[in-house]
Amino acid sequence: MSHEAPETTLSSSRPSSPRMWRSLAEFHGQEPFEQKLLREHPKQTQKSFDPPERRDFLKLMGASLALAGVSASCTKQPLEKLVPWAKNPEQLLPGKALFFATSMPWSSGAIGLLVESHMGRPTKCEGNADHPASLGATDVWSQAAVLGLYDPDRSQSILYRGRPATWSSFMDAMKQTMTEQAGKQGSGLRVLSQAVVSPTLAAQLRELLAKYPKAAWHQWQPANRDNARAGAQLAFGQDVELQPRFDKADVVVSLEADFLSSTPGNVRSIREFTSRRKLRGGKADGLNRLYVLEGRPTCTGAAADHRLTLRAGEIEAAARALASKLGVSGAVPAPSGAAFAAWVEAAAKDLSEHKGSALVVAGESQPPAVHAIAHLINEKLESIGRCAQYLPPAEFSGSDNAQSLATLAQDMKDGKVEVLVMLSGNPVYDAPADLEFGVALAKVPLRVHLSQYRDETSELVDWHLNETHFLESWSDARSADGTLGIVQPLIAPLYSGKSAHEVLAVLADKPGVSAYDTLRENAKKLLGEAEFERKWRRAVHDGLFAGSAAAPVSVSGRKLEVPAAPAPIGLEIAFRTDPFLHDGRFANHGWLLEQPRPMTMLSWDNVIQLSPATAEKLDLETSDVVEVAFAGRKLTGPVFVTPGHADDALTLTLGFGRRKAGNMGNGVGYDAYALRTSSALSQGSGATLRKTGETYALATTQEHDKMDTNLPENLREELSPVRVATVDHFRENPHIIKRKEQENTSLYADRNKGEYAWGMVIDLNACTACGACVTACSAENNTPVVGKTEVMRGREMHWLRIDRYFQGDPKNPKIYTQPIPCMQCENAPCETVCPVAATSHSPEGLNDMVYNRCIGTRYCANNCPYKVRRFNFYLYSDYDSETLKYGRNPDVTVRSRGVMEKCTYCVQRINRANLAAKKEDRKIRDGEIRTACQAVCPADAIVFGDIKDPKTAVSKLKAEPQNYALLEELNTRPRTTYLARVTNPNRELES
Amino acid sequence: MSNKTTDVEPPALIGPGHSLASVTDKIADMVLTKRTPLGWWLAIAVSGTFVGILGFTVLSLFFRGVGLWGINNPVGWGFAIINFVWWIGIGHAGTLISAILLLLRQGWRTSINRAAEAMTIFAVMCAGMYPLMHTGRPWLAFWMLPLPNSMGMWQNFRSPLIWDVFAVSTYATVSLVFWYVGMVPDLATLRDRARNIWVKRAYGALCLGWRGAASHWDRYEIASLLLAGLSAPLVVSVHTVVSFDFAAGIIPGWHTTIFPPYFVAGAIFAGFAMVLTLMLPLRAWYRLEDFITERHLQNMGKVMLATGLIVAYGYAIEGFMAWYSGSAYEQFMLTNRLTGPYKYEYWSLLLCNILIPQIMWSKKARSSVWMLFFVSMSVNIGMWLERFVIVVISLHRDFLPSSWGMYHPTLYDWSMFLGTIGFFIFAFSLFIRFLPAIAIFEVRGLVPRGPARPGKSTHH
Repeated sequence: MSHEAPETTLSSSRPSSPRMWRSLAEFHGQEPFEQKLLREHPKQTQKSFDPPERRDFLKLMGASLALAGVSASCTKQPLEKLVPWAKNPEQLLPGKALFFATSMPWSSGAIGLLVESHMGRPTKCEGNADHPASLGATDVWSQAAVLGLYDPDRSQSILYRGRPATWSSFMDAMKQTMTEQAGKQGSGLRVLSQAVVSPTLAAQLRELLAKYPKAAWHQWQPANRDNARAGAQLAFGQDVELQPRFDKADVVVSLEADFLSSTPGNVRSIREFTSRRKLRGGKADGLNRLYVLEGRPTCTGAAADHRLTLRAGEIEAAARALASKLGVSGAVPAPSGAAFAAWVEAAAKDLSEHKGSALVVAGESQPPAVHAIAHLINEKLESIGRCAQYLPPAEFSGSDNAQSLATLAQDMKDGKVEVLVMLSGNPVYDAPADLEFGVALAKVPLRVHLSQYRDETSELVDWHLNETHFLESWSDARSADGTLGIVQPLIAPLYSGKSAHEVLAVLADKPGVSAYDTLRENAKKLLGEAEFERKWRRAVHDGLFAGSAAAPVSVSGRKLEVPAAPAPIGLEIAFRTDPFLHDGRFANHGWLLEQPRPMTMLSWDNVIQLSPATAEKLDLETSDVVEVAFAGRKLTGPVFVTPGHADDALTLTLGFGRRKAGNMGNGVGYDAYALRTSSALSQGSGATLRKTGETYALATTQEHDKMDTNLPENLREELSPVRVATVDHFRENPHIIKRKEQENTSLYADRNKGEYAWGMVIDLNACTACGACVTACSAENNTPVVGKTEVMRGREMHWLRIDRYFQGDPKNPKIYTQPIPCMQCENAPCETVCPVAATSHSPEGLNDMVYNRCIGTRYCANNCPYKVRRFNFYLYSDYDSETLKYGRNPDVTVRSRGVMEKCTYCVQRINRANLAAKKEDRKIRDGEIRTACQAVCPADAIVFGDIKDPKTAVSKLKAEPQNYALLEELNTRPRTTYLARVTNPNRELES
Repeated sequence: MSNKTTDVEPPALIGPGHSLASVTDKIADMVLTKRTPLGWWLAIAVSGTFVGILGFTVLSLFFRGVGLWGINNPVGWGFAIINFVWWIGIGHAGTLISAILLLLRQGWRTSINRAAEAMTIFAVMCAGMYPLMHTGRPWLAFWMLPLPNSMGMWQNFRSPLIWDVFAVSTYATVSLVFWYVGMVPDLATLRDRARNIWVKRAYGALCLGWRGAASHWDRYEIASLLLAGLSAPLVVSVHTVVSFDFAAGIIPGWHTTIFPPYFVAGAIFAGFAMVLTLMLPLRAWYRLEDFITERHLQNMGKVMLATGLIVAYGYAIEGFMAWYSGSAYEQFMLTNRLTGPYKYEYWSLLLCNILIPQIMWSKKARSSVWMLFFVSMSVNIGMWLERFVIVVISLHRDFLPSSWGMYHPTLYDWSMFLGTIGFFIFAFSLFIRFLPAIAIFEVRGLVPRGPARPGKSTHH
């Protein structure tokens, strides 16, 4: 393999001519140009650990030896001066973490965070308990934010036509352009943004539009709130957003609303929903009931008491039938013989019996009519103002994303657009395929793109501006309930990036105005001049403007006049965002690529999901590569047979198949946007499949779907890893879960001599498997990314995994999930077998893992019945990428090759609390230590603490009748125990 | 009665017409001959290549990590431990022949004990490479030894792996000493017969000044007896301790008390199979039919049959206990062996280790060199599969179905395995070329004219 010099130099300045290209393939960035470009990028974690060539190894070894001789004899290290801090900055103590409040903006509203910072380096995000969208918890994306910040593949400079340029040259260029535009009132100026939740940014945009009245502001985000807002318009004639209050709802019907998965804004809904799933004190009061209609298994479906699989296009009919049962005007009854008739009837009855506390929610991917129906049912059920609140949308600009982008594309093709400024977003990759955005873009004379990565769009623009990460910039952001949060930088921009505020300031001819100044100006309007400084500091400290939540809007329903959509014909094709990569913006985050998807357990790929029956009908198996044709477009991808998927339907996952995501994300999966057109943004019908005869290897972390295949029939209920009971059985006998207490038959004496005995309880009735805990664990514990090849070989390194099991009919199975960290057994099988005592019992009952002492016999992992130990088969930790080193938790060792590792109950956090308590001469307070998984859990399903003290939260949970230990018959006496799943089925639907 | 006894008198242990001199000539010439057989060069060339492959594999493992192997989570042990146990088991026959049969005064052992002991040494060397290289950080493997250190760290004596370190290192040491001490008189014979001065000096140094004095013989006999006494418990202890690696674990398929006796029987079973595998070609190439007679072959066949039946009993008990224990996981372990993804391996194991050795009931088969070779190869494979079944099938599906997996050996698994086989053949070839492969002085004791010296091992 020869390493010729790359032709395009991206980071160093070199005078050159306009960008040249040799072939169309190169122009579009396909191989091999892309390969060369890749080599230019700084290295992140290797994608796989496939062996390097032996010859390469010898060459490198020889060269390094030779160079070692040269450098030892001929060079001298340059002199560097170290200057100590004569006066230490306030509060900055090496080894002591500081926390700062900030917000992570999202289309549906921002989430408030508290970011841990070590010596000026943000290392971990936690939830901001004061923030209504966080309530102390976070989602997977805020956990991965730190990785995004330090991603070595981020764009590191401003480029003009592919060559490095400066901010001042951009300002000069824009000044000239804007002067030209001023003459035409901006008729050639277009700004394309993503959903804007920042009032400051919105104000800037409006100011710009005021100055250039003929200019236009468009917005596009592939996963948007269009349907929801259009639905509200249909139902109420008002632009409002439903803010469900799941904590106040006794019965919830979800029309494909996936509010318990890893979806934007899920944190609050999970918290509120699961607050009604927790059984305490042996009682089953207040347990809510969830009905879910959906086309493919999601976390929401898994948590449901009743789940019905329907194609996405059939849900509207079911919704109309439900509405008709409940007497909503304009609804039509169910067609006779509909598969969902009995189900809808029972759900309708249940809803009507819970007026005021019954809630119907519709998913973003459902058409506006379904949203309208949901709203009208809520009105009919007298739930509005109770468990269904309507608020003004968090987003500014009410324009329909699809319409807005289509108009822009048409204008571009018609040559009406002279200057296009794209503030974030990646429309060349994610715009509907029929708009041919890339082609349209080529017709725009001046293209400006602000972006964190040199992505698919950046390569087709004149000016690429490297964008700041939200942890590097000042801004503000509204949350779903209207609360205004502050986006506070944790670190100066790593690559002198610019934020959208600064770019807009240039357009508005106010160069030099920083985002911070703009933000403060706007804050003055909100807080008033009086005592502004004090209020401002308070807001920055809290991360939000207290009391800025929006007041509910009163709404009244109209008659439903939308005609019913026809039922899907033939094979339905549905496009859904990925739980972790979302719309593709996180495609270069190794943690998110590798983390197994909650329902498919797939990592590193997207798939074409279909049901077992459809697969059989089409003679397909998992891993078969098929060609999907839809509306004249085609793509190929691997099939994944998914139990619980609707028949005659395909699900394609967006966010993969990136060509220019970065070293990690390039070429992972297929690009489903290639089939996604304006007319079928969520789903369409009439797709066809053709088997190509090829197969494609997929990396799943769990190959077995059933939890009891190894158990005889009569013991399945008793020994299954996830224990389940219905609420009726539980009421009859709360001890239904409890088995005969295991005697401690260990030969060794009880060793809990420590002051504390740490233990954990995981409530399976609350856990929704959203995955935030797994990402948080990676972020907290510096767990490495191993790559697809290694995952396929069963070598993923997650300390905490979420098992998923199916039970019953593959058409509509029951789905159970179970997070599995280290059980910290008191009679730990791992400890006795380690020859060098590298894993041993602490006085406080932890199975300590001493990396330094480990020689890597792997006996402990073999002997672990829970298989929670993870081994560094290779040097998985990235020792090379400098920026990634900043993001690591300095309190946790970065493990090297050949050592075992596992969950430690975040022993660094325990020790931190221990030190604090010792200094203050007190005991550690209950709740003072929160493990990383516990801290982020939106469901509050994980509780950690001292089990020696019967008054702690964890001790109380352990005393609950539904508390059980996994594999307790082995007498391992795990410190981690589970609260069993107690479902609340409707007796009428129980067969 | 006595007439009848003569009728069933087993075949002689040495061919007819041999004198003391002819025995010495025949065996010593194998070493001192100037004409190295072409076959020997061929064996060295082929096995030497595999030694090179072994070296490359070991270096790769050292520099890049055990990730090169197919091991994963849940199957943390793969070929390395399978082969370790396999090689250790093979070594057992040597110790059994040299120690226990010596103590039991089984005269027929004399012509095969030297080679069998050599086999033990080389097998233990092969075995020893695996535990070292299978550690994640082999350069720190010495932490398994109780050496004083600044960390104040001691070993975890509850771990069977530590017991292994002691058991295997003791075994290797005692076997080596026993083998070497046993060779001293013959080395002196070679010294005396060598014509080349350097060869003479080399053997002279090795034979530690042996002159054949009565006092030497006296001490030799005492030393042999003591060493045999030391070795005898090792035959039982080593594989017992190796079996603890599994039996002390909690995994279904490991956690069982039948393992120690069943491992020991299996080891002897495998060891005799390997002795036959080596001796049969050696006997043919070097025309040693007079020393390794049909009676030797018969006896080895019988030992294989007997130990094979013990092993079969072990399998049966495992199955019975899975049912009788009432443990769902044990029962599943058995079902998974019989019907799971590795069922072919398990059925092949039953075929190789139980069904095929039944041929040995037939005296005709026991007398047939080809049949013996076939059975011994089948047992070699079967015993390897047994370890595969124990290590891989038990680990790949244990308690929680969520963490079940599969194990697929990689090129490096195979290269290390074939490399150690190459090393074994390489070392064995060197042994038969440079050291007396049959104990000259002991075989001389078998010459019908009567004992050449007041030896104890000759009459029975």
